[in-house]
Amino acid sequence: MSTPDTSGSATAAVPVGAALALADDALVLSHRLGEWAGSAPVLEEEVALANIALDLLGQARVLLSLVGDEDELAYLREERSFRNVQLVEQPNGDFAHTIARQLYFSTYQHLLYARLASGDGPFAGLAAKAVKEVAYHRDHAEHWTLRLGDGTPESHERMSRACEALWRYTGELFQPVEGLDVDHAALESAWLESVADVLGRATLAVPSGPRTGAWSAGAGRQGLHTEPFGRMLAEMQHLHRSHPGASW
Amino acid sequence: MTSDGWPLWEVFVRSRRGLSHTHAGSLHAPDAEMALRNARDLYTRRSEGVSIWVVPSAAITASSPDEKDPFFDPAADKPYRHPTFYEIPEGVKHL
Repeated sequence: MSTPDTSGSATAAVPVGAALALADDALVLSHRLGEWAGSAPVLEEEVALANIALDLLGQARVLLSLVGDEDELAYLREERSFRNVQLVEQPNGDFAHTIARQLYFSTYQHLLYARLASGDGPFAGLAAKAVKEVAYHRDHAEHWTLRLGDGTPESHERMSRACEALWRYTGELFQPVEGLDVDHAALESAWLESVADVLGRATLAVPSGPRTGAWSAGAGRQGLHTEPFGRMLAEMQHLHRSHPGASW
Repeated sequence: MTSDGWPLWEVFVRSRRGLSHTHAGSLHAPDAEMALRNARDLYTRRSEGVSIWVVPSAAITASSPDEKDPFFDPAADKPYRHPTFYEIPEGVKHL
């Protein structure tokens, strides 16, 4: 299925591109976090990651329902129709990679939703509810970053490597999205300040690599995705595609 | 990473209507802050509580099963320790 028609009168108030961008970020990250089920480092953390994944799935469902049929949009769109940033589709890697991805994304999502919730745009209601969930995701990521960064030599090394590896996917978070009425430059400086503060307290260096430009990522919002995304999508969609309309 | 060496914590949750924290279960966590967060995820997912305590299990001194008889049995044959043992005299009001 393709991106839904933007001229539908029922959804006229909701900017479709922006809704899909927010929904796909949440949906894809939710699936990635769900992959930890059964293989998280400890049981307690598995439940924590699953809780975060379910919060994100709930957000994605509301957003997708605003612009079309949620199942159709989640399970029948092709890779090029997904509008998520490339950060959220990156594989889980080791636990440090997952936490670095959580830190980068949940800080962005929290700052963004707080701004959306305080406005009166089409996403204000959803953001007001989601901002509390996302505040917890951010808190979870920050606490783990502090423990891994300022933990053992090995955890420090792994966390440092993870923060470096994902750094180049963070510039894309602040590309303006049509229909999303926020000041992306202000969002970015707030994000940089917060992430630098957490990394500093975790005794980690702020990565020095580029966040935009030739060596960085940045076309997920246009439907261009990295190689691991296709495999993730195949796994996420195969059941629905093999058995259309199946239910419990 | 494994939970080997992570201490055990006992979790107490005060429910929405309850006045006291009641024991909900236990979990492993590297420190108190993480124990609190893990407790939130494990024991208050269905809005069970409004407040959580976590206590290192090692800090709890418990009575031992071997001491059960001297500890608890002598209370069994002392019905006068229950208010229902006493008859209320006629004419007493406000009881």
